[in-house]
Amino acid sequence: MNRLARVFENRTRELLMTFTVAGDPDYKTSLNIIRALETGGADIIELGLPFSDPVADGPVIQQADQRALNAGMNTDRFFSLVREFREQSDVPLVVLTYTNLILQRNIEKFYQDAADAGIDAVVVADLPYEEAGPYIKAAELAGISPVMMVSTTTSKKRLSNILKVKSGFIYLVAALGVTGVRQTTDMNARKMLVDIKSKTSIPVAPGFGISDREQIKEWGLAGADAVIVGSALVKKIEEYHLKPDVLIEQITGFVKDLKG
Amino acid sequence: MQLNTRLGPYGGCFVPETLMGALEELESAYINILPETTFQTELSGYLTTYAGRETPLTLCRNMSRDFGCTVYLKREDLLHSGAHKLNNALGQGLLAKHMGKKRLIAETGAGQHGVATAIAGAVLGLEVDVFMGEVDIKRQSLNVARMNMMGARVIPVSSGTRTLKDAMNEALREWVARVNDTHYLIGTVAGPHPYPVLVRDLQRIIGDETKRQIMAAEGRLPDVIIACIGGGSNAIGMFHPFISDASVRMYGVEAGGEGLDKKHGASLCGGKPGILHGNFSYLLQDTFGQIIESHSISAGLDYPGVGPEHAMHKDSGRVTYAAITDTEAMEAFLYLSRTEGIVPALESSHAVAFARKIAPELGKNTIMIINLSGRGDKDVETVLRYMEDKK
Repeated sequence: MNRLARVFENRTRELLMTFTVAGDPDYKTSLNIIRALETGGADIIELGLPFSDPVADGPVIQQADQRALNAGMNTDRFFSLVREFREQSDVPLVVLTYTNLILQRNIEKFYQDAADAGIDAVVVADLPYEEAGPYIKAAELAGISPVMMVSTTTSKKRLSNILKVKSGFIYLVAALGVTGVRQTTDMNARKMLVDIKSKTSIPVAPGFGISDREQIKEWGLAGADAVIVGSALVKKIEEYHLKPDVLIEQITGFVKDLKG
Repeated sequence: MQLNTRLGPYGGCFVPETLMGALEELESAYINILPETTFQTELSGYLTTYAGRETPLTLCRNMSRDFGCTVYLKREDLLHSGAHKLNNALGQGLLAKHMGKKRLIAETGAGQHGVATAIAGAVLGLEVDVFMGEVDIKRQSLNVARMNMMGARVIPVSSGTRTLKDAMNEALREWVARVNDTHYLIGTVAGPHPYPVLVRDLQRIIGDETKRQIMAAEGRLPDVIIACIGGGSNAIGMFHPFISDASVRMYGVEAGGEGLDKKHGASLCGGKPGILHGNFSYLLQDTFGQIIESHSISAGLDYPGVGPEHAMHKDSGRVTYAAITDTEAMEAFLYLSRTEGIVPALESSHAVAFARKIAPELGKNTIMIINLSGRGDKDVETVLRYMEDKK
């Protein structure tokens, strides 16, 4: 059983999955941020491998991608960063990226490098089930869990196909639109969670628009296995990235608040 | 999806999960509504009595004399709106209406597709939002004004390179947020399936007409066809009906910008296959797969990708792809204006420039057709600035 499956298996409450962009604002600070996320209590750490054209992301994460790329982040450095973090931690690591970065490295090599660096699962924001075949195969070959996304617009027929994949978890797109903070919860997404939970034992983690303890608690009560917080956290980095000492404190404090 | 989403190995559907439902719905409309006689009759009505089809195939006597062969221009510049983009905008707009959509969104570079969408929205009674990069808004201010006058909102895009690529990112994001009542009217033969085939089928009227017209005028097929390529919709529209006519040599002309060793927009000539905006095709990218900024004097060709059908024709060798620099295009713009009294769009000027380049190698019996995809009124300021800089 890999690290990811283990934390889901042993969970006593909803898990907290944090999302930040690797290399934002720079390599070294980013590594410190990831360590702070663990210290603050993140159960699963999701890292964005930044892409120049992130169509599924809102302005906050787009800018984080740009900060990271401007500071020299690339796929090689991304795996170095993960390796460096992994030396001192057993927290499950998930990568979120876009298809072209995997394709250009060579699909098999990407997943093998990811596994070697200590990554447990890979989510691809622009890779629906219909295109995912070779990527799922390469993931499984390397011992990485693929992660499929489901949204409220996913048809019944497609959902049943998606649930056939041995996903590390289902990433439930909890709001229509791109990533970013939202005030209200989409009730259709809530219904979708219940529907998915009735059909599979694969853990389900809603993300998109979730930013505080209240929303996390609601999703936990509704049956979410983990809850993903991204933009709200990335916004903190944007706010404090020019003050490195305060930044780490802010991150740890924010994650503690999210855990409640 | 019900159809094969690939063109050779290219194409596909690389989009966020949220859009898959909308693409399935659009594919179903492409299969069931588009070919219907009632739909085709309605569309054909708009294309003829409203947009002004068919467009002429003009025999250019001065250019023919100059080139030493027979030269025709397919006059998409004479279509209402001033470019071929309206063929697609009316077709998709009508399709969206039949699908029950209330609102059109579009990306635009040169502004021609934005204008075409604004026209379609106004005449069909649909709300229109056009995403346009801040850089392009500046260099195509006339088209921005035209869109506004026809009731469309132009939404400035300030992310990334602030050009066509980012306008497309932003339009995709907006579609993800409002897929229920909104149709994304993509202006070129790129994007996720079914767009490349849908837009091609709506633009092939250019090639279909050309074939009839050249048979009537010359009694035989042309030897050479030339069209410019950004995303590639005017070129595919022209080429597609001639693909199985082996004697017809076809050339797609990309934006060579400052030269292929410098900044350019020639993804087929200077890029490699990858995934952007929902499809697998040739792209300008670095070794890690990050997209590289494109450059062209002509906003409509300033795009780091290209339609997947062109990628397929490049690999098979059926179409030859070449690049023309900013300077060569500019000279061709002035050349055609002076020689024939036709002011071409800077995009189409690339095709004219390539024609001038290969003319000396062609025999006098050669029949050449250049697709004049749009007119150049929108580019007059850019050309004036360029001429002043050169002084």
